[in-house]
Amino acid sequence: MSTAGSVHLSADIVTRARELIDLYPHPRSALIPICHLAQEQDGWLRPEAIDEIAALVGLTPAEVLGTASFYEMLHTEPVGTYVIAVCTNIACMLRGAYELLDHIQDSLEVRAGATTADGMFTLEETECIADCGRAPCLAVNHRFVGDVTPESFDGLVDGLRNGTMADDIPRHGTLVRVRRQGGLRVDDATIRAERETASAKATGGA
Amino acid sequence: MAITEAPRIVTSRLEHDDSHTLERYLATGGYEGLRKALSMSPEDVAREVDAVSLLGRGGAGFPAGRKWSMLRKAPTTYLVVNGDESEPATFKDHLLVERDPHQLIEGVVIAAYAIQATRAFIYVRGEFALGLERVQSALNDAYEHGAVGRDIFGSGFSIDVVVHPGAGAYICGEETALLESLEGKRGFPRIKPPYFPAAIGLYGEPTVVNNVETLSNLPWVIMNGSEAFTALGAGRSTGTRLFALAGHVRNPGVYEVEMVKTTFRDLIFAPILGGGIPGDRELKAIIPGGVSAPWFGPEHLDLPLGQDEVGEAGSMLGSGSIVVMDDSTCVVRAAWRITRFFWRESCGQCTPCREGSGWLEKILRRIEDGDGREADVDLLMDVCDNLAPGVSWPPQQTTICVLGSSIPSSIASAIRMFRDEFLVHVKDGGCPHV
Repeated sequence: MSTAGSVHLSADIVTRARELIDLYPHPRSALIPICHLAQEQDGWLRPEAIDEIAALVGLTPAEVLGTASFYEMLHTEPVGTYVIAVCTNIACMLRGAYELLDHIQDSLEVRAGATTADGMFTLEETECIADCGRAPCLAVNHRFVGDVTPESFDGLVDGLRNGTMADDIPRHGTLVRVRRQGGLRVDDATIRAERETASAKATGGA
Repeated sequence: MAITEAPRIVTSRLEHDDSHTLERYLATGGYEGLRKALSMSPEDVAREVDAVSLLGRGGAGFPAGRKWSMLRKAPTTYLVVNGDESEPATFKDHLLVERDPHQLIEGVVIAAYAIQATRAFIYVRGEFALGLERVQSALNDAYEHGAVGRDIFGSGFSIDVVVHPGAGAYICGEETALLESLEGKRGFPRIKPPYFPAAIGLYGEPTVVNNVETLSNLPWVIMNGSEAFTALGAGRSTGTRLFALAGHVRNPGVYEVEMVKTTFRDLIFAPILGGGIPGDRELKAIIPGGVSAPWFGPEHLDLPLGQDEVGEAGSMLGSGSIVVMDDSTCVVRAAWRITRFFWRESCGQCTPCREGSGWLEKILRRIEDGDGREADVDLLMDVCDNLAPGVSWPPQQTTICVLGSSIPSSIASAIRMFRDEFLVHVKDGGCPHV
């Protein structure tokens, strides 16, 4: 599990990746959280990041790519600074999502699935994001915006272009800005010993 | 219509803007349920939960207490929280993780104590960026407060809790797919048997997987006792439940109501709940429990919101989401969009699901676009029959998990209830609603 070869992922990302690995009984469990970290650095999963993640969790690059490619949020090709995911599933569809998507495609001059020429926006048609009380809704880099109208969408894009929303919506890839404070507090051996004692008590100390 | 005066069990703090903070949580009785649980024996906590008939709030409705009692005895046991809420139009766990994360954490530690788990993982849907931040932040504060970690509240009980983000895949809500995902793999549901992770779960160890809302009930259950809980609802459907109401209603949103004592009509039309259909249009159909559920018509409005009551009527409460469709809705388009979802989210392991979802989506699409044939309606039912032989309820299964057998629900409902509308699409060469 040598990471001497980590030259692409920053020292900070590698440190955080190792902290994540320590939270699980098996390093592979940290794979998806570490992929999110790599996207925090690059916006998407670059091939050189995949190689280094593989070394960190003890897999081959093919195993990392094979897993990552299953998941919608992990991008194996470059995406824009802002990924706009417009929900068109049933609850949003009933409240005008496809009409909204038409407006967004016209307004950004891209079809769903594509990135604007300036690299600013990637537009996605997404499945239900669980914000149906505010349908039609969308997410920008997984920050949710509800009750969207053509006018409010244009205002949102203006805000993203001129940087006034940078605090609310980080660049694509930054998923969780709150870090875990400290690692595990109880090692497995202690836990098992405690549980055995508890279980012995429950069975009448037998 | 009467809305019962049931207490709010899992949404009691949501009137406060700071409901997600430790300060507010402690000021409103937070972590008292855990203190009480830790003063009881783990077996007594488990018995209390078994006694309330807490039906799992994730979708399958399996009693939480029974799930716990099936655990294989082993030195290592895991508790995994299913917070991967992805069933279309279901948005109640999203609310709980964002607005009351401490309540979830308290429920997690109570459950971990009852089953004597060695570690707990909270799997939160990856798209819930704010939810992930809120749960992590609350967990950091809970450790600091002594409610999680070493020697919790001086009781001698210790447990670590880890927040784990998903990465976008509906299928990971299926509990064995969720465990695969937590192991760092593709979210492929596991072949059954074993039917329950209680025997072979995370890393092959005995594991309990409970839903966010299920666990969020536990602090109240322990504080108020099983009798107070079972006094609410009726039959097996005890307590309250969160319903996510969406579609053609004036007030879409999440409502906590007493089970069985509340009907679909109450939920959709009561002014303090759904508020009725905008423009006073006519109700056409209801999807009662997530898009995997067969649809109901206006004749089902007075059916009680109870698991067995809805099951006997030929559908399910499922994930607790209710979609209302008024008379302006094109049912072909609705069935097409739901089928498109299943096609996009099929994990691809089983042929009937992988291929069937795609064929059904294409046939529905061509009917909606005006390129359909009269025989397409029977063809749709025939493909549905390959996915779930007999197209009955509950469905027969031809696939590893229930995603495949859920696909026919919307299509068969739309055809059985509104066959003429399919034929009008074919005859007129397009959708009459466009």
